[in-house]
Amino acid sequence: MDIETVVIAGSGPAGLTAAIYAARAGLKPLVLEGLTPGGQLTVSETVENYPGFPDSLSGSELMSRFRKQAERFDVRFQRGSIQEISRIENQYNLRIKNNTTRTKSLIIATGAQARRLNVPGEKVFYGRGISGCVTCDGAFFKDKKVIVVGGGNTAMHNALYLTRFAKKITILHRRTRFKADIYEVEKAKKSTEIEWMVPWVITDITGDETLKGITARNIETGEICTLECDGIFVAIGHQPKTEVFSSIVKTNQDGYIIVAPNSTVTTAPGIFACGDVCDPVYRQAAVAVGHGCMAAMDAQEYLTREE
Amino acid sequence: MLLTNLKHLETKNAAESLVHCNENVMICCGRMGPMCVPVYEIMEELQPRYPHVVFADMEFDTKDAAFIKNLPECRSFMGLPFTVYFKNGKAVHSTSSIQTEDQITTILNNVFTEKYK
Repeated sequence: MDIETVVIAGSGPAGLTAAIYAARAGLKPLVLEGLTPGGQLTVSETVENYPGFPDSLSGSELMSRFRKQAERFDVRFQRGSIQEISRIENQYNLRIKNNTTRTKSLIIATGAQARRLNVPGEKVFYGRGISGCVTCDGAFFKDKKVIVVGGGNTAMHNALYLTRFAKKITILHRRTRFKADIYEVEKAKKSTEIEWMVPWVITDITGDETLKGITARNIETGEICTLECDGIFVAIGHQPKTEVFSSIVKTNQDGYIIVAPNSTVTTAPGIFACGDVCDPVYRQAAVAVGHGCMAAMDAQEYLTREE
Repeated sequence: MLLTNLKHLETKNAAESLVHCNENVMICCGRMGPMCVPVYEIMEELQPRYPHVVFADMEFDTKDAAFIKNLPECRSFMGLPFTVYFKNGKAVHSTSSIQTEDQITTILNNVFTEKYK
């Protein structure tokens, strides 16, 4: 069996930065792309806060540039995700589909997946009115009424993007404060097509063949209301994709991988974590890039020490 | 044309011919977007495990994609990709938006069995 020097699980900003640094260090990294090549950023219509791109660009475009840069240094890419991991002395066996790959070190950069609302009706109407991707599905909502759930930058971007299609957009958020940058909230507030429901949560989603409406509850007053709508775009944050690793590295109660302070070193020797899998606070592409760089350098140091 | 290793259906006639000449067909109609690409990749991976099924894609933004879009089974769909499973020329199952490998294999195992003959 061939033994990899470093396998990088994930192909978002953290994973691809780790790959670029590891490749330039001569570690010949293998990147496992995961279910969504390019990571969560690929569903963002506009990225305006990533330095170096003053005119903004789409998340897909940004990630294709990351990949192009990684390819320039002969990073190898493989489709799929790690389904099982086990330790064999100082190395790790990774089961990827029906194959097993052995590696001396592993960088976990699997990112996070979009949170679901977990309310009745959500599963039934996903793809029939509920979506997590405005760039993919926004055009289906021409002249329709839609609700954007969330209070972060993504929710604001989604609402503004949907003004191209929908006749009415309601931003529904569970808090009166927004996590989004003030700049983004102000932009959304300037739009006459956007209405606001705060602090409300959706408690039920109803419809027949397609979504027809929601029931919502006011967090402060307990008031219940029903609202007709044709679509719901969910942007309520993410949860780390760490389930498969939880038996081998320590995670916190929310599933984030615990790393040593100011490093990407996990509780398992030779395994490093970077990006949203270990960042419950910032969760930004720019932060993930820094983490990815750190992980590659930490892995390089570990491998040198082990030799 | 979609950048996949699946069979590409570029015309309505090609799609009609495929579903009528093959007992089991799965067609994913989408774009090269984040909700569609994972489904194509899962289909590519499943191809060798399901030799009795023809896996194909069709570009959503073409006139001939009406073959999929206008199916009654897709009437309520509002999420890419539109995926349709055909048995002996008849659409027997369909899904809208991204699906996991588990969801797809469950459907394949379910619909391409004797009970739909």
